[in-house]
Amino acid sequence: MIQITCKDAVLGYEDGIVAEGLNFIVEEGDYLCILGENGSGKSTLVKALLGLKSQKSGEITRHTKGIGYLPQQTIVQRDFPASVREIVRSGCLSGSGLRPFYTKEEKQRADETMQQLGIDHLAKRCYRDLSGGQQQRVLLARALCATKHLLLLDEPVTGLDPKAQLDLYEMIARLNKEGVTIIMVSHDVNAAVRYASHILHIGSRKQLFFGTVDEYRNSRVGQSFLAAGGLDDEQS
Amino acid sequence: MMSSLEKLVDYFVNYSFVRYAFVVGLLIALCSSLLGVTLVLKRFSFIGDGLSHVAFGAMAVAAVTGLTNRMAIVLPVTLLAAILLLRTGQNTKIKGDAAVAMISVGALAIGYMLMNVFPASSNISGDVCSTLFGSTSILTLRPLDVTLCVIMAVVVLAIFLLFYHKIFAVTFDESFAQASGIQANLYNFIIAVVTAMIIVLAMNLVGSLLISALIIFPALSAMRVFKSFKSVIICSAVISVVCAAAGIILSILFSTPVGSTIVTADIVVFFGFWAVSAITGGKRA
Ligand SMILES: Nc1ncnc2c1ncn2[C@@H]1O[C@H](COP(=O)(O)OP(=O)(O)OP(=O)(O)O)[C@@H](O)[C@H]1O
Ligand SMILES: [Mg+2]
Repeated sequence: MIQITCKDAVLGYEDGIVAEGLNFIVEEGDYLCILGENGSGKSTLVKALLGLKSQKSGEITRHTKGIGYLPQQTIVQRDFPASVREIVRSGCLSGSGLRPFYTKEEKQRADETMQQLGIDHLAKRCYRDLSGGQQQRVLLARALCATKHLLLLDEPVTGLDPKAQLDLYEMIARLNKEGVTIIMVSHDVNAAVRYASHILHIGSRKQLFFGTVDEYRNSRVGQSFLAAGGLDDEQS
Repeated sequence: MMSSLEKLVDYFVNYSFVRYAFVVGLLIALCSSLLGVTLVLKRFSFIGDGLSHVAFGAMAVAAVTGLTNRMAIVLPVTLLAAILLLRTGQNTKIKGDAAVAMISVGALAIGYMLMNVFPASSNISGDVCSTLFGSTSILTLRPLDVTLCVIMAVVVLAIFLLFYHKIFAVTFDESFAQASGIQANLYNFIIAVVTAMIIVLAMNLVGSLLISALIIFPALSAMRVFKSFKSVIICSAVISVVCAAAGIILSILFSTPVGSTIVTADIVVFFGFWAVSAITGGKRA
């Protein structure tokens, strides 16, 4: 079943176009990785896919309601009083309709997700007092609570330590095997080709590639980018 | 001390207007503090200010046209302004705070001018003063006002309890809430409507100049000390109700203006909490 279709979409802000000619579909169970340089419009595309921002022209259709979203940056005010548990639970609201309280299952889902991500001991802590990586995990836990269908992650591994990065990749892959569709923005080409099923590569202003990982490996864009990515890894 | 207590009990038993003032005052304090947390966190602290000035302008129009039921004008106008302001807050072209300031001083100026050009009574400055500072109107409530106030307060409380988690989600992270299928715009709209209702209610209690204090101070005090949304909300509600009660009692005993006495109590509590957080926070850091 198709979950997202993007047809000839043109994205931009008041002052100009960021990316155009975006054509791809995401089917249930896919694991799509979006690659591209800084400023190529990946986050803009993510916002458009979520419906937070409208495209300049073209068509973007979502066939799922309730998408789990991990923003690249959350502008949470410094003094916002919110405990980790409150934030993670707020992910469960998507399907609650008018019900004014959380059900037992929802609370349990939040607790389990926190355990999975190793933040259960932080449950009562205040979000603003956590380290960057811990905050990232909290927001990821919230996103995981929000959906059983589609997760949209904008650079989820940023700020996580290497072990946590690996854990996170493994966990996302596991979720994907269980049937959750994943769309992930990443700068880590090697992880992308290892875990993803499809790649969308955005260049400056236009789409460079969309297809499966194998096709990407054999494409010119892919080969040059993979080579560069590999080089990066050796240097660091 | 005994005599003042006796005096108080005496007032309470014998004068219905004192009881009315208590009921209305506490309800308004409760409602405004609940919403205050959200407004402060959404960076809309000043919307209370702006709206109350709009309400003042509307009040002036109502007074000039000689309408007996002023609410009929004040409530819709304030509602409209609230919706407009919260909407421009999201608009990137006009900055939210500038829009609030614009509407706020505009309404104030026009309201004052109207009151002067078409004086409804001979005592203009008295009228203006009581609208701005709420001076005595809380002590002149009629049963109808009280009923209206109770109904509105119950509606506000019900909305707040019913949508508590969604209001939290929308306040904390609007994009995420929207993405996960919560209609953020709907809840922003609800917040705007409830804010307008509270402003109109609170005009009777503290007058339109001091409403912001009722909204902001309890929330800021609670945020000094507590770290989760729920505890901040509960604490701010408690602070607000206690301060309102203390303010009304003190103002009766010492015949000070009700509104400013309540706000003074809020300020005192704020500094108390600030000191507490400075001491405990210093230890932790
Ligand atoms: N709110 C905005 N208003 C105007 N221009 C914007 C806005 N947000 C982003 N842009 C511009 O759009 C372009 C794409 O930004 P975007 O955030 O989508 O990049 P990105 O691919 O996610 O980059 P990164 O890898 O650094 O996250 C950039 O040139 C940026 O300057
Ligand atoms: Mg980005």
